[in-house]
Amino acid sequence: MIYLQLFWSFFQIGLFSIGGGYAAMPFIQAQVVELHHWLEMTEFTDLVTIAEMTPGPISINSATFVGTRIAGFWGALTATLGCIAPSILIVSILAFVYFHFKDMVVVKEVLKSLHPAVIALIASAGFTIFVYALFGENGFSANEINWIAAGVFGFALILLEKFKIDPIKVMILCGIVNTAVSFI
Amino acid sequence: MSKRKMLWELFISTLYLSTFTFGGGFVIVTLMKKKMVDQHHWIDEKEMLDITALAQSSPGSVSINSAILVGYKIAKIPGAIVSILGTIIPPLTIISIISMFYSLFKDNVIVQVILNGMRIAVAAIILDVVWSMAKGLFQKRKIFYIIIMFCAFVATYIFEVNAVLVLACCIVAGIGKTMWKLWKLRRV
Repeated sequence: MIYLQLFWSFFQIGLFSIGGGYAAMPFIQAQVVELHHWLEMTEFTDLVTIAEMTPGPISINSATFVGTRIAGFWGALTATLGCIAPSILIVSILAFVYFHFKDMVVVKEVLKSLHPAVIALIASAGFTIFVYALFGENGFSANEINWIAAGVFGFALILLEKFKIDPIKVMILCGIVNTAVSFI
Repeated sequence: MSKRKMLWELFISTLYLSTFTFGGGFVIVTLMKKKMVDQHHWIDEKEMLDITALAQSSPGSVSINSAILVGYKIAKIPGAIVSILGTIIPPLTIISIISMFYSLFKDNVIVQVILNGMRIAVAAIILDVVWSMAKGLFQKRKIFYIIIMFCAFVATYIFEVNAVLVLACCIVAGIGKTMWKLWKLRRV
């Protein structure tokens, strides 16, 4: 019974969180804290912190976290499956439609004008992380620049642009360099 | 490449990407672009952008959605299943472990500093990929698309307009442009 509830709750979270990431947060809170009382508000805040600090999408992370708390490993698995089920259904249909119609003239034109918008969306996400990493939570201000972070950023760019190093290796290297420099 | 080997490669690639994607869907999309487009040449850059738009506009997490689309494109339904598995196994494992040792993890200064360093790298990776994609538009001097890119950036970054709404407006602009083109052709 609890498995069914977990599945259904996270199915709804998966279904209504369009746009990913933080768009899912209010839905998770409504289901997990307010409706089912699976987590206290403080635990929910912890969950947000964990989800931010660890790899993986926020909705999957919270499904696993809540599922483990409520019903152990199988709970985690059911909640995760519930969370991805709507994606699988809807995206499969979209994939079918897209790969069949992408060569139609109108569809081609529309997709072409979506490309620059997607680049802009990615740029916007990148700038948000950039500003947060270099200037902290308060956003852009010349006085509060973190010079170590700026140095690591420059280092990362050189590795990527000049030496064409695999991005994940760049991430690991930057983690190490940041730690080394911060503790010297 | 044999089908089984390709599926295995796809599984390992998505597993690897998912293990290291801190910070949401766009990070995984940029890493996917590097891996699937630049390294393996399984998908071309235009399709990757289409996939990103579809993943962003569908319900659910952007990384799962893009994994499904990329997997389907590369190896149909088995590909989609394999890349879903590759994408959910890392967070499932990591969160299960962390939820047990959460308090230790949260207050550890070294963990914090390492994660901060990785976050800086993420910013560099994203901006690097963005630059390589935007460069093409500037070189071809496609004014219409450059304007769209600029407006979409201002809308999302400065005015914090919902991403789906931005994409919807661009669809309307695209349809408008096509109609205009057809109308001009008919008059000639």
